[in-house]
Amino acid sequence: MFSRKGIRGNEQPAGWLFVAPAVLILGLFMLLPILMALWVSLTRWNGQGSPFTGDVPFAGLDNYTRLFTDEGLARQDFMTSIRNNAYYVFFVVPIQTVLALGLALIVNNRLLKGKGFFRTAFYFPSVTSSVAISVVFLFMFANGGAINAILAVFGIEGPQWFSDPRGLLHIVLSKFGVSSPSPLVDHGVFGLSWWDWLSGPSVAMCAIISLVVWTTSGTFMVMFLAALQNVPVQLEEAGRIDGANRWQLLRHVILPQLRPTTFLVVTLGLIGTWQVFDQIYVMSQGNPAKTTLTPAFLSYRTAFRDFDYGSGAAISFVLFLIIVLLTLLQRRITRERDS
Amino acid sequence: MIRTLASRFLGYAILIFFALVFLYPFVIQIANSFKTEANAADNPLSPIPSPFVTDSLVRIFEGTGFPTWLGNSVLVTVVVTIGRVAFASMAGYALSRLRFPGRRALFAGLLALMAVPPVVLLIPKFLVLNQLGMYNSYAGLIVPLLADATGIFVMKQFFDSVPVSVEEAARIDGAGSFRIFWSVVLPMAKPALITLTILSFTGSWNEFPHTLVSVQDPGLFTLPRGLADLVSGSLGAGTQYPLKLGAALLATIPVAIIFVIFQRYFVRDASAGADKG
Repeated sequence: MFSRKGIRGNEQPAGWLFVAPAVLILGLFMLLPILMALWVSLTRWNGQGSPFTGDVPFAGLDNYTRLFTDEGLARQDFMTSIRNNAYYVFFVVPIQTVLALGLALIVNNRLLKGKGFFRTAFYFPSVTSSVAISVVFLFMFANGGAINAILAVFGIEGPQWFSDPRGLLHIVLSKFGVSSPSPLVDHGVFGLSWWDWLSGPSVAMCAIISLVVWTTSGTFMVMFLAALQNVPVQLEEAGRIDGANRWQLLRHVILPQLRPTTFLVVTLGLIGTWQVFDQIYVMSQGNPAKTTLTPAFLSYRTAFRDFDYGSGAAISFVLFLIIVLLTLLQRRITRERDS
Repeated sequence: MIRTLASRFLGYAILIFFALVFLYPFVIQIANSFKTEANAADNPLSPIPSPFVTDSLVRIFEGTGFPTWLGNSVLVTVVVTIGRVAFASMAGYALSRLRFPGRRALFAGLLALMAVPPVVLLIPKFLVLNQLGMYNSYAGLIVPLLADATGIFVMKQFFDSVPVSVEEAARIDGAGSFRIFWSVVLPMAKPALITLTILSFTGSWNEFPHTLVSVQDPGLFTLPRGLADLVSGSLGAGTQYPLKLGAALLATIPVAIIFVIFQRYFVRDASAGADKG
């Protein structure tokens, strides 16, 4: 009690005054809106008037159950978006993590000159505007674009990227003569047939996957680089004296040291990839045939294009839950492995 | 010796390959901004425009809303950057140094807010702006961006790492909290302030989703919003690539300049994230 007075004086008014602007803005534009959206997700508000009057029909948990249990377009679209995003995560997270680690290991090599240049080159894409970079990739993946021109050099006829809804796994399976096997087509779960679930990312989604890997690898490379610089040199030398070759050094000395960073990169990757929105909005708007529809874009579309704000908000909260759960799960797995 | 040479050669080969992968899209972007539409369609890969034309740049300024978007982007970025730096350094300082009831709870709340994925805030933000009558206005475009949880966290971490002795000396001399903050703390916090300024500048310059749910009037569009509209909207997809690439290029230049000048601060930002985990 005495410490508050005396030399430090009374800091209470100053303390509150200092945090007031930030608290006001974050409270008003983050906390309050979340509570408002929670309410709207329980209604059938269509955007007319205020959602907080008695005139707005109350829907209870309908907006949520429609996504999971009721047969219909809402569930089909939602499950399609979950499938698309799951494949997107499944490809983006491992590829960007491995690429970032690989680039960091090479850039970190003491014998190489020009480190600064390469670090800059790899990192630059991640500071540019997602919208501007999407425009560039849209051009590169255009039908007569740069990517198909490169593929043509190797004698490959590139696909029409953004109008090709074929799933990657379906394409591979068709090479083995498997197409639409009836046991998988006739049965399913959550409104999609097993065959639809097993489509793999569509060709259009692959273009978006490559864009995202390209933009985010640089950020994660910088994180790996920072971690690599903290690996004690003695550790590496000790390993070398013990006769470890380069691969063994990497596998048994360096990688274990990088575990916390790898965990962070994978977690940040999982959290980020479930939020993909800008690129979808600019490049594909969920097309072709809804194969690039993601929960984030679906929630936007449902609210602002179909004026079904309740369902849109419900999708947002399910997405919120997915991201939180994934973070917790990932933490638990790492903790168990460590102990 | 030969092994070292071979591995060094291999290292450079891989680095150069990836440098091309990461930089050539920008070369394509720049080159095609100065091509004719026919040339861009026929030779998308070529780094040399033939003929070299500036038609698309002229059309960007005369035939699109680009000048308006640019003006709005500058306004939003300047105001948001000043606001974020001011509010985040004040709040970060208070959370780190000043003793007042509720401080712990506020910090816990801040950590929780940092975990909220921005993309789930699209509908919520629209709801609150709509309710407050701020939808489709400069206020709606700017005010919600004025404070960000991550910035406050970065500043709090910074102040936690600075010894209190200097401030205490000033306090003994009878300076009040505001005096100390303004003339002792802020000058010391220069590196953190630069980092925060850059973070806020690039963040607000590139901000897209917020503009999507806060404004509707093309007169209030910022560059990312206008660019997105240009690509997916009225001018249609498929054609006009020199125009679109040129507009995207112009939108990228300010961040590129900041990046080149302040590169070491960017690198620090990225690795600052590593400490959180």
